[in-house]
Amino acid sequence: MLKINNLHVKLEEEDKAILKGVDLEVPDGAVHAIMGPNGSGKSTLSYVLSGRDGYVVTDGSASLDGADLLDMEPEERAAAGLFLAFQYPVEIPGVGNMTFLRTALNAQRTARGQEEMSAADFLKLVREKAKTLKIDADMLKRPVNMGFSGGEKKRNEILQMALLEPKMCILDETDSGLDVDAMKLVSDGVNALRDAGRSFLVITHYQRLLDHIVPDVVHIMSNGRIIKTGGPDLALEVEHNGYADILSETA
Amino acid sequence: MMAAVAQPKLDALSERLAGHALPEGGKWATETRKAALARLEAMGLPAPRDEYWRFTRPTTLNAPDPLPAAVFDHGGEAPVFGQIDRLKIVFVDGVFDAEASDPLELAGIEIERLEEAAGADIHWARDLYGVLETSGQSPVERPFAALNTAFAREGLVIRVTGKAARPVNLIYRHGDETSDGLVHHVVRLEPGADLTLLENGPSAARLNQVLEVEVGDGAAFHHVRTQGRDHERQAITHIFARLGRESTFKSFTLTVNGRLTRNECVVEMRGDDALAHIAGAAMGDGARAPFHHDDTVFVTHDALRCESRQVFKKVLRNGAVGVFQGKILVKPGAQKTDGYQKSQSLLLDEDSQFLAKPELEIYADDVACSHGSTSGAIDEEGLFYLRSRGVPEPEATDLLVLAFLADAIAEIEDGAVAEDITGRLEAWLRRRRG
Repeated sequence: MLKINNLHVKLEEEDKAILKGVDLEVPDGAVHAIMGPNGSGKSTLSYVLSGRDGYVVTDGSASLDGADLLDMEPEERAAAGLFLAFQYPVEIPGVGNMTFLRTALNAQRTARGQEEMSAADFLKLVREKAKTLKIDADMLKRPVNMGFSGGEKKRNEILQMALLEPKMCILDETDSGLDVDAMKLVSDGVNALRDAGRSFLVITHYQRLLDHIVPDVVHIMSNGRIIKTGGPDLALEVEHNGYADILSETA
Repeated sequence: MMAAVAQPKLDALSERLAGHALPEGGKWATETRKAALARLEAMGLPAPRDEYWRFTRPTTLNAPDPLPAAVFDHGGEAPVFGQIDRLKIVFVDGVFDAEASDPLELAGIEIERLEEAAGADIHWARDLYGVLETSGQSPVERPFAALNTAFAREGLVIRVTGKAARPVNLIYRHGDETSDGLVHHVVRLEPGADLTLLENGPSAARLNQVLEVEVGDGAAFHHVRTQGRDHERQAITHIFARLGRESTFKSFTLTVNGRLTRNECVVEMRGDDALAHIAGAAMGDGARAPFHHDDTVFVTHDALRCESRQVFKKVLRNGAVGVFQGKILVKPGAQKTDGYQKSQSLLLDEDSQFLAKPELEIYADDVACSHGSTSGAIDEEGLFYLRSRGVPEPEATDLLVLAFLADAIAEIEDGAVAEDITGRLEAWLRRRRG
């Protein structure tokens, strides 16, 4: 599904390397987690994969089902099936959440050569998906993420994921700012989407999210590289001992 | 003692008026027109150095002949306000077209052509025609409005006695590439009356329009206009409104394209507890023709507990220029005034500019007045968020443009009219994307 080879990235504004040779492969239907201390490059990886401005790829490659991701515009990556659940979902005053969701869904359908979904079908679909995420009519009516609590914003991200049905989902610290109940709700939403044809890359600081979304593989990232890869137990090890042991053993 | 008027202003006027005579056939109107001409001769035409014309060059408005303007091809698009049940009155190049218009009959309202009203011995319009315009000449001169009062032959005089059965829609078609339109409407809403006035279309290659509105006690006037999309058209328009006790005045203007547009709105809050909302949305692209759009607003609070609100939004690209001059004047004794003014521009590139001059002048001590003027680029974070969800960049930009204009459009009270305006903007943006 997702293949990252020797990826090197620096900031556009200053000559500062952030990713220094990331290698990662997420097979179809797999859930991989990336953990790591602050500043290790986890969020940068998610931004570079989704095509945000401000980064320069100096070496390496990233592909989705064989298609070169780095050569595509952000909207093309989305249409190809990539989805980033933002750590800080953006507030867009003046754009209604429903309008946003419908525009996004139909833009992707158009890009894939499918017909646009009718207003009635769309409404039915959104209502159904929103219900399981406990997103009420008011949240759908309000401007995108405006006045949403931290938990509401994250639920809205998962709603988008459920509607757009991407094949590769990147979750960037989706647990940040969530209380226990919200975390369960969000995790249930993600787990409901787990499927043989859909892969996940879950970026998190803490092991607790991984109790809910159980990964197949856990990677530890530090200083712009993946320094260790293991099973779900690796997350528990981090939880107990912190990153210090792993960092010193791989130094 | 009056200051001497600069010679170039007088020269510009005599050049402009050469070969023009005041309209004939008027009775009471003849006197009004002569007086307007005398006032005009004492002012001259605006000069580029005039403070009030600092951001907008009056040269092409002053010129004896208009610059030619090609007639816009709508490509079979549904007419503006077409879905709304309304009385249609058509003007072509500023001239009333009886055949294209509905009969001038509507319950709750009397409509006459200016020409007929001006030729009557006695007419209510006498107390209004040029009267509000004259009052609006102080403290700032508005020569084009005086010129209009003096020379306009075309226009309507409308008296609203109850709730108008339907909105009145003035449709301004543009057919001649060098037409010079001069239109003057007078509207009087009797106490408790209610009218929605819709205006759409470019009118002429160059338009000079005046609309005088007297809103009686407890009456409500709703005004929504779109100014046509002809790229080279020019317009100088004035609205003069006088508001009675507990009356409502709401005016919204949509401007897309146009080489030069200056919309002046002069509102006098005369009766206590009146409400005035003046809003505008402008979208300009300097790529095909220059785009220069000027909103000049002057609201005078001269009564207790009145609320005035100005909301102006402009989206500018490819060297387009937006101007906002807005003033709130609170007279002594106009206590509990609530005055609000917002002017914002969205600059889609570095070639475009927005010039704003918000002003408050307050002579009462128990008032709440505020103004805010901002100029900014598209929100990159929002743009990336939309694109990351698969919305292509041009479409995402347009979504943010519409969101930016939404505040101004929200000032339109009638839901169907607001929907027409929003839907149209969406369609125009889509058409532009190709």
